[in-house]
Amino acid sequence: MLKLTYLIPLFPFAGFLLAGLLRNRLSKSAVGLIGCSTVFVAFIISLFVFFDVLKGKSGTLTLFNFIEVDKLVIPFAYQIDQLSSIFLLIITGVGFLIHVYSTAYMHEESSDHYARYFSYLNLFVFSMLLLVMGANYVIMFIGWEGVGLCSYLLIGYWFKNTEYNNAAKKAFVMNRIGDLGFLIAVFWMIAQFGTTTFTDIFAQLPGGASTAVLTGITLCLFIGATGKSAQIPLYTWLPDAMAGPTPVSALIHAATMVTAGIYMIARSNLLYALAPISMHVVAITGLVTAILAATIALKQNDIKKVLAYSTVSQLGYMFLGLGVGAFTGAVFHVMTHAFFKALLFLGAGSVIHAMHHQQDLRFYGGLKKHLPITHITMLIGCLAIAGIPPLSGFFSKDEILIHAFASNPVYYVVGLGGALLTAFYMFRLYAMTFLGSERNDGHHAPHESPKAITYVLVILAVLSAVGGFAGIPELFAQNAHKLKNFLAPVFERSAPLLASHEHPSHTTEWMLLGVSTALILAIIVWTNRSYSRYQKTDAEQQGISKLLANKWYVDELYNGIIAKPLLALGGFLGTVVEKSGIDKAVNGVGKLVSYSSRQLRLVQSGNVANYVLIMVVAIILIIRLVFYIRY
Amino acid sequence: MNMSITQILFWFLSALAVFSAIMVVTRKNPVFSVLYLIITFFAISGHYILMNAQFLAIVNIIVYAGAIMVLFLFVLMLVNLNKESEPHKGKYMLWSGALAGGLFMFVMIAALQTLAPTMVQGIGKGDIGLIQNLGKALFNEYVVPFEISTILFLSAMVGAIVIGKRDHA
Amino acid sequence: MPIEYYIYLAVILFSIGVTGVLTRRNAIVVFMCIELMLNAVNLLMVAFSKLHHAKALVSDAATTTGSEAQIFVFFIMVVAAAEVSVGLAIIVMMYRNVYNVDINFLNRLKN
Repeated sequence: MLKLTYLIPLFPFAGFLLAGLLRNRLSKSAVGLIGCSTVFVAFIISLFVFFDVLKGKSGTLTLFNFIEVDKLVIPFAYQIDQLSSIFLLIITGVGFLIHVYSTAYMHEESSDHYARYFSYLNLFVFSMLLLVMGANYVIMFIGWEGVGLCSYLLIGYWFKNTEYNNAAKKAFVMNRIGDLGFLIAVFWMIAQFGTTTFTDIFAQLPGGASTAVLTGITLCLFIGATGKSAQIPLYTWLPDAMAGPTPVSALIHAATMVTAGIYMIARSNLLYALAPISMHVVAITGLVTAILAATIALKQNDIKKVLAYSTVSQLGYMFLGLGVGAFTGAVFHVMTHAFFKALLFLGAGSVIHAMHHQQDLRFYGGLKKHLPITHITMLIGCLAIAGIPPLSGFFSKDEILIHAFASNPVYYVVGLGGALLTAFYMFRLYAMTFLGSERNDGHHAPHESPKAITYVLVILAVLSAVGGFAGIPELFAQNAHKLKNFLAPVFERSAPLLASHEHPSHTTEWMLLGVSTALILAIIVWTNRSYSRYQKTDAEQQGISKLLANKWYVDELYNGIIAKPLLALGGFLGTVVEKSGIDKAVNGVGKLVSYSSRQLRLVQSGNVANYVLIMVVAIILIIRLVFYIRY
Repeated sequence: MNMSITQILFWFLSALAVFSAIMVVTRKNPVFSVLYLIITFFAISGHYILMNAQFLAIVNIIVYAGAIMVLFLFVLMLVNLNKESEPHKGKYMLWSGALAGGLFMFVMIAALQTLAPTMVQGIGKGDIGLIQNLGKALFNEYVVPFEISTILFLSAMVGAIVIGKRDHA
Repeated sequence: MPIEYYIYLAVILFSIGVTGVLTRRNAIVVFMCIELMLNAVNLLMVAFSKLHHAKALVSDAATTTGSEAQIFVFFIMVVAAAEVSVGLAIIVMMYRNVYNVDINFLNRLKN
């Protein structure tokens, strides 16, 4: 089965080409079929690969040599091991579900735009697969860039709206800034190790690489991760990216692309374990982002924006996990987050669809009776993200928090605060949407969404509920953390380096779990009660609320400090340098040519004596020249 | 100065040739130019005699100084009836012309400075300049060009007459 | 006389002729300077003919080595004569048309 792994990305790529090139000729159902089936086939093959890896077969498949310069060889190779096979399942599985969902959600589009959507979506899946399957940093980077490109294409899907285009551009530019960090890290690695292949690099460590060099490389990689996975300072594109269609937000900005940074750091766990300073940076950045985003989400009124900030916050948790050495925990959280965040986004999409594209929470309310399936599934999703046992979010989030406590109790306290905020804003969203009285100002009654949408929601809800059982901690049952056992070979070399953190005793763990769960339950109950009685007011936000509602004015800050000066510089260069300098030079050449030709024309004076003069001068020069050459 | 008669003659003739050549170029009145040119031709013929090329010396005088210069004089008289001297050319042309000519001379002489060592040639020796010998060579080896030159003359004559005709009818 | 002296003399006469061609405005005088140049060349050829003959004489007393140059000079004179006649005919004809033999005036080749 290893030999056939090259088929996995190939099917979505074929889907991209088919849907893209034939978009004017295929019907909507044909496009939907092509789009979903390619990802489904990829999922089936990924399943087979996963079972193979479960039996212990992992390896690399080299297709051809991508770059071959002197001693540097970068092969186009796929590496199939435990980490990549888990991600493969997540990507293709959740991706398939979202494709099915999209067939119903995007039904209002015309068929060529519909085809365009599916071709972009397939291209995205292809790039993401390339990213996780790559055997070296360069192939990963190809996928990295590809998902950035698809993110741009899909955010700006409804390209007739300038604001959406701006959001797409913002996403792409911020991604690019991160990409620069990634590239610098790759170059540094080539200079230091002479190769970019994972196995080769990890074999050379710790070797002659000094801690300073490793810290530098890992920090540069982390900059790339902040861009891709929306951490401080490059996170502001994610909320704006909600301009794209909701399934896109679900797939790209919840389940897959934004987890690329986590995958990359998990893959480079040995590098990071050898550079403790980078680990601290990662952890603190993740933590601060988690809190910041959670505070902003408290006061957002657009349902998708709440979920977007929630994503940023949860990603912060994942980075916190990576930073404190809980690699398995972070990957576990990626998996569970994919389930429940996709569920939440798709549920939000269902609500938006039912409310005829109304996204403001203040106009929702009392949808419990109109959208029963959506209601139940979203409730499960909200409980999962809040971390209520036995749902999946509880297991993954608590694993991270326990490791954070072991590393530094402050991390735990702040992380717990973030978890409480998460519960608060999620249930605020739930309560304002489904509970209470209807506030939708007399639009026609909302109706439940079609089967394609609801079936997907149900499947994801089931996954969110039971997904946690793949990672039952030691606390509850011996050796039942299947995920940890599965991923052990990937993290085995870094584990000894991180063993300095003592795992807290079981009693402490029980206490922490108990405290957190109790607090979260309390928050949930309180929020439900207060927001189910929500009355719409037109009062402006005041004080702290204003600060939070305006996203701590970070966007305005960036605009003032970075965007405006750059635009001014560009304007200056455009008018002064370009027009006066370069244009003048180019025009000057043209003028010079016409001037000289005019002057040259005057040689033909018709005066024989002139001609003879020129002849004589020429003869003199030739004689002189001949003498120069010969003597 | 201990020079043989040939050397004195050589220098004298050379000086005369150069002097009259300069006069040709610089006189305003074209008639004077013609006359000085005749003197130059005589000087050059003198050189020929010094080198024992007697046939060429005579032919030079008869053809050049005699026929061609007379022709020049005729045409000069024909076209110069109204004006005595020609007005000055533009200063630019004058100076650049003189400069070019001078530069040319300078460059040629400089080029020739680097030649192989001097070859002295005898004066008065050698018979090839005699009419008899020259004629032999001419009619034996070069008879074809000789005949062709007659055709050349014919065409020149015809051409001159055709060009010079006034168009009457 | 060393051959260089003859060469220098010919060069001087030739360059004087060149100066004349460039400097004078009367077309006929320009023509005359051309004749001067031709004569300078003739002089050079005759000098070289003498040189070759003198060199050949050293080895063989009855040789006619240098005669080619003198025959060439002869033909140069032939051609010069023909050229003068045609050229002057042209000048006469131009004069008949524009009543002027100033070469600045005869610039029908302009532009």
